[in-house]
Parts: sequence; C-alpha cells; structure tokens
Amino acid sequence: MKSLAELQQIRDKYHGDVSIRQDNHEKIKVEIGMATCGIAAGAREVVTAVLDELSKETVENVVVTQTGCMGICQYEPIVEVFVPGKEKVTYVKVTPEKARRIVKEHVAGGTPVTEYTIGANA
Amino acid sequence: MYRSHVLVCGGTGCTSSGSQLIVNTLENEIKKNGLEQEVKVVRTGCFGLCALGPIMIVYPEGSFYSMVKPEDIPEIVTEHLLKGRVVTRLLYQETVTPDGIKSLNETDFYKKQHRSALRNCGVIDPENINEYIARDGYQALAKCLAEYTPEQVIQIVKDSGLRGRGGAGFPTGVKWSFAAANQADQKYVCCNADEGDPGAFMDRSILEGDPNVVIEAMAIAGYAIGATQGYVYVRAEYPIAVQRLSKAIEEAREIGMLGKNILGSGFDFDIDIRLGAGAFVCGEETALMTSIEGKRGEPRPRPPFPAVKGLFGKPTILNNVETYANVPQIILHGPEWFNSVGTEKSKGTKVFALGGKIHNTGLVEVPMGTTLREIVEEIGGGIPNGKKFKAAQTGGPSGGCIPESFFDIEIDYDNLLSIGSMMGSGGLIVMDEDTCMVDIAKFFLEFTVEESCGKCTPCRIGTKRLLEILDKITKGNGEMEDLDKLEELCYYIKENSLCGLGQTAPNPVLSTLRYFKDEYIAHIKDKKCPAGVCKNLLSYTIDPAKCKGCTLCARTCPASAIEGTVKHPHVIDQKKCVKCGACMEKCKFGAISKQ
Repeated sequence: MKSLAELQQIRDKYHGDVSIRQDNHEKIKVEIGMATCGIAAGAREVVTAVLDELSKETVENVVVTQTGCMGICQYEPIVEVFVPGKEKVTYVKVTPEKARRIVKEHVAGGTPVTEYTIGANA
Repeated sequence: MYRSHVLVCGGTGCTSSGSQLIVNTLENEIKKNGLEQEVKVVRTGCFGLCALGPIMIVYPEGSFYSMVKPEDIPEIVTEHLLKGRVVTRLLYQETVTPDGIKSLNETDFYKKQHRSALRNCGVIDPENINEYIARDGYQALAKCLAEYTPEQVIQIVKDSGLRGRGGAGFPTGVKWSFAAANQADQKYVCCNADEGDPGAFMDRSILEGDPNVVIEAMAIAGYAIGATQGYVYVRAEYPIAVQRLSKAIEEAREIGMLGKNILGSGFDFDIDIRLGAGAFVCGEETALMTSIEGKRGEPRPRPPFPAVKGLFGKPTILNNVETYANVPQIILHGPEWFNSVGTEKSKGTKVFALGGKIHNTGLVEVPMGTTLREIVEEIGGGIPNGKKFKAAQTGGPSGGCIPESFFDIEIDYDNLLSIGSMMGSGGLIVMDEDTCMVDIAKFFLEFTVEESCGKCTPCRIGTKRLLEILDKITKGNGEMEDLDKLEELCYYIKENSLCGLGQTAPNPVLSTLRYFKDEYIAHIKDKKCPAGVCKNLLSYTIDPAKCKGCTLCARTCPASAIEGTVKHPHVIDQKKCVKCGACMEKCKFGAISKQ
C-alpha cells in the first residue's frame, strides 16, 4: 500500500528523467567534444564521469550533449558549460576527476572552477 | 543518469511498419558502441504522424527521424548518439531549415494541435507506471481522495463542460450525478473502448500510449459515484492496447492505486478487462453491458438508463476512453482551465483520426472550434496528387459527409449535427474528386447491414432495403422515384430503431442525398458515375486514331476482351470487359479512355 508521500517520492525520482523529453532551452547544458580528437584524448571517460556525478547530485535541469571538433585538438577533452543567461565556460584537458569537480562546483553549485578553464591553461 | 533518450513509436501504426525491429537494432548498436549506460531507448505510444512511421525522436536535441529503416540505425548511433552529429539526411525534412533544425512543435502538423488528452502519448513509456507518475500521474486521484467530496468531484466535472467523446456528446458530469444519486449496494464504472467505426483509432492510441490515464480517471469516477468495480470493454482486435492496459492495471495494483484502501483513504476500487469479439453494436451502451454480463451483445430499450439500471441491473456509468483521458487534467488544473479552450457549447479539445485522401494520415488533437479547412489543409497537409477536396466524412457509419461548402465550419458537436453529420468518436475521412458519393453511402450501408444485430425490424430489414436501392442505383437500374423511397425509408429507420446503431445508420445516405443529389441523379438519369467509380456505369474505349496496334493491352487484359491484330487499332468487347482498368494503365499512347 502506497501513501501519498510515497507517490510524491516516485514522482520526484522519475521527474528529472522524463523532463529531458521536453523543450530543453531553459536548461543548463554540458557539452563535451566528441570528435575523433576528443575521444582519443579520453572524452568517453569524461562523459561517463559527468553522468555518474550528475546522478549523485540529483540536479534536474541539466542536459548533457556532445559536440564535434572545436579546432583546438591539443586541448581535448573539452567540456563547455552553458548556464542560461550567463557566458559559456570552456574547460580544457578535462579528466574524469576534473569533470566530477566541474559538475559538483559549477553545474550544481553555480561557481565555475576557474583553474581548469581555457583562460587559465592557454 | 542517461544523457540521451531515444523515443521510438510503438503504436499499432509504427509497429506494423516495423518499429519493433528498429528498437531491437537500436539496442544492439548502442551496446556495440558501449553507450548502454548513457543512452536510453524508450518504446512509447503514438506520436500522431502515422503516415511517416516508423518514427523516432532523440532527446535532448529533439531530432525527429521519420520512416526509419533498420539499415539507418548504425549511422544514427555512431554519428548522432556517439559523436553528437545529427544525421540531417534522415530527419523529417520539414524540420530541416536553412537556419538549423526546427522543433517538432513548429511543424505544420503539430503547431495548431493542442495535445491534452494525448499529452503523454509519444512521451512516456506506457509500460512503466513510474513515468506516468513523473508526469503528474495519479496526482488527480490523490487530490480527489484527500481534498474533495464525491459531490465536489462531480461538480468540477460538470463545471468543466466536458461532454462525452464517444459520439453523442452527453455532459459527463451530469451522467455521473445521475448514477451518484441512485442508491445501491453495488455500482459500476465502465469504459467503452470498443472503437468500431471504420478508420477510427483515437481510443486505441490512448490505451496504447497512456493506459494509466484511463485507470486513474475510472478510479476518480468510481469515487464520485460510489462504485468499487470498473470494467474496460476493449476490442480483442487491439492486442497491443489490451496488453499494455493489462500491464498498467497490474502495476497500478502493485503500487496501490487500485485495490483496497487506496492511498489510505478507505476507498476501494479495482478494474477488470472484458474483451469484445468485434461486433459493432457492442459499442452501444446497453449492448456493451449485456456483453460484459456474458450474454449475446444486443441492445435493450431505454429507459431504464444505465445510471439507474445498468450492468447486472445496478447503477452504472459508461464513458469513452477519450472522455476519461480528459478527467485527471480537469481535476488538477480546474474546470476553468479546461473550458477556456473550445467553443461555447463544446469545451476542450477533440482527437481526430485523419484518414483517406490526405498527406498526413494520423492522429491529431485540436481545440473544439477548429475549422475543417485548418485540419485538412494545414495539419493534414492537404490532398495528394493535386486533387480537389470533395467531402469529409465524420462519425463513421453514424455520421455524414460534409461538402466543400462547409469547409470553414467550426467543428463542434452542435455545428456538425446542424449540417446532418455528427462528431462521432472522431474518425475523419477525407475524400477527393475521385470518390463517388453514392458508392460511399453504399459502403457504409454494407457495414451497418453486416453489423445490425437483428433484434429490431427497422434496423435489420430497413438497412437491407436501403442497401438494395443503393445497389440498384450504382448498377444503373435506378429510377427517380427511388430517391423518394430512400428518403422515406431513412426517416422511418431513424425514428423506429431500438438503439443508436439503427437510429444513425441512414445518416450517410441522408447527408449524401442532401449535398450530392446531382450525383444520384447522374447515376439514374444519365446512367453515368461522375467520379468514375461505379463499374457498371463505366466503359473503356480505344481511340483508333491513337492506337498503334502494339498489342500490349490485349496481352494485359485478364478477360481477353480486347481484340485486334498487330499494327492495327484494337477494340474492346464491352460484353467481356470486366472494367478493371489494366489496359488503360498499360497503354503507352494514351489511346484508352474511360467514361
């Protein structure tokens, strides 16, 4: 027998999952370079880390997408974070560990991790 | 967390065009590329654009792939799902613009639609109750049980102005209040999913795409009238719908949305499925209940109405699938939300199954009051091959044909009745200039003659006589007085039949007589079928000036009706000709014509 509270729990648990199937304009976008250069530099592991960390953080309004080669292959894997209404932030030479911190501090927490950005590394 | 969801339509339309194979191939390819932790494949209900099936949408991008073939899947997986490069070549081409890719909701087919009853169809996995709950499922039931008395629930449904979507348009809240007012030790809530009109598949699509909405609404209805048992009467010809509904009922029982003491409120309710064996008359309410009781599905006279004496002699309400699909939304958002859409007397939206001579065959949901022109030309994409619109048929065998002069009529219950048709359950068949209206009337009469249960004389014998007269006219043996006989017999059948089947069976004849009388007269006086459909009134002839004597037609003719020697004009023997038209199709010189 379920109570109303349990019904709400199911709703909250699956809501984020289903909400991806709507217009995604207003969401935070995490874009990962997945061209040959990105994959060779380890972008797949970065994607896995991002997804894993996101499910721990239970942040709802985030979409993770891939993009092609940005022309700066020496800096791959590249992760870009788009928060609606703010400038995009480009992270370079991202590792799974760096990716987890970016998710925790920037995507969920709202503060960019400046030392990983392209400005700090180029 | 999955970064991407791939939604593949698993409605009957797309399943028959091979969507199950698409799902399997997709899952294999995803595994092959190691993406199974990142990409989720969901088999949903109907998206509506059945003409373009199998359909697939990839989120978060919202890329709409149409007419997907299994051999396209590896490319979509490695390019789009792995590398993030949308395969534009395989997208629904209307979404591809020079400025990028349009959202599906901006396409002609979707932009005028208002998907409310169909809100979850093509969005959720119908076999996963959690996805329904994630989209506010069972919140309306919880709200009713916690906050409203049964009387308040009925008042909300009354205030919303919701009318029965099964055809007649009776106010739903009023129906519920009748059943609530009758005291009895047992009452029943029934759902009519015996969708029998040729060309109609609204109810099937809702059951396939969002079965839980029907379960939730029936439980709400049970609470409102004081019933503890529900029955869904669904056609056995809808295997996917039956399977998903059964699964949904099981899941609802597991989490306690059906059964004893729902959400701790003390309210008990359960639902069982009864399968119809395909008799059209079982869509009529009294026949349907007789069939649930295990007897031969025949109607009985009313009164007593089902709200007084229905199933097993107890107070019963019977609503259509689409009617139920509107109820939870009304409870959640309030009656004003619902009745802000629609016309003065018809509130909300209506789902139509678009079929016939139209580009975008499929399922559409539009606000009441949308014009026929908007539905046919804008949403439906118009008529193929540059042909002209002639008529639209609504309401199936109970409805009538709407001629072009009413192309701008706002579709609602009352407007359709005033022009001799009816809303019906929502089948909308478009006909072009190549359709013979006498033949259409005959087609529907053949259907009702076959489906008449035979209990009352006006329907059993009357429809048969109607069909005989129509047959006589299409064979070229009609006389002018037949038209008067037809009309008189129509009114007699309408007034004297026992149930809705007979009372509405003459509508296709009456409406075609009203708007296309000249076609009947052409069949009778000139012995011609203006649309070139009725075979007995046709003749194929060869123009000797154009015929080169190539012998192709003579070799093609299945009846050996064409004679002639090589390099000399051929002649068709009219006595032998079976009017199949094969010769005309084959002739390379355009020498054969039909009159």
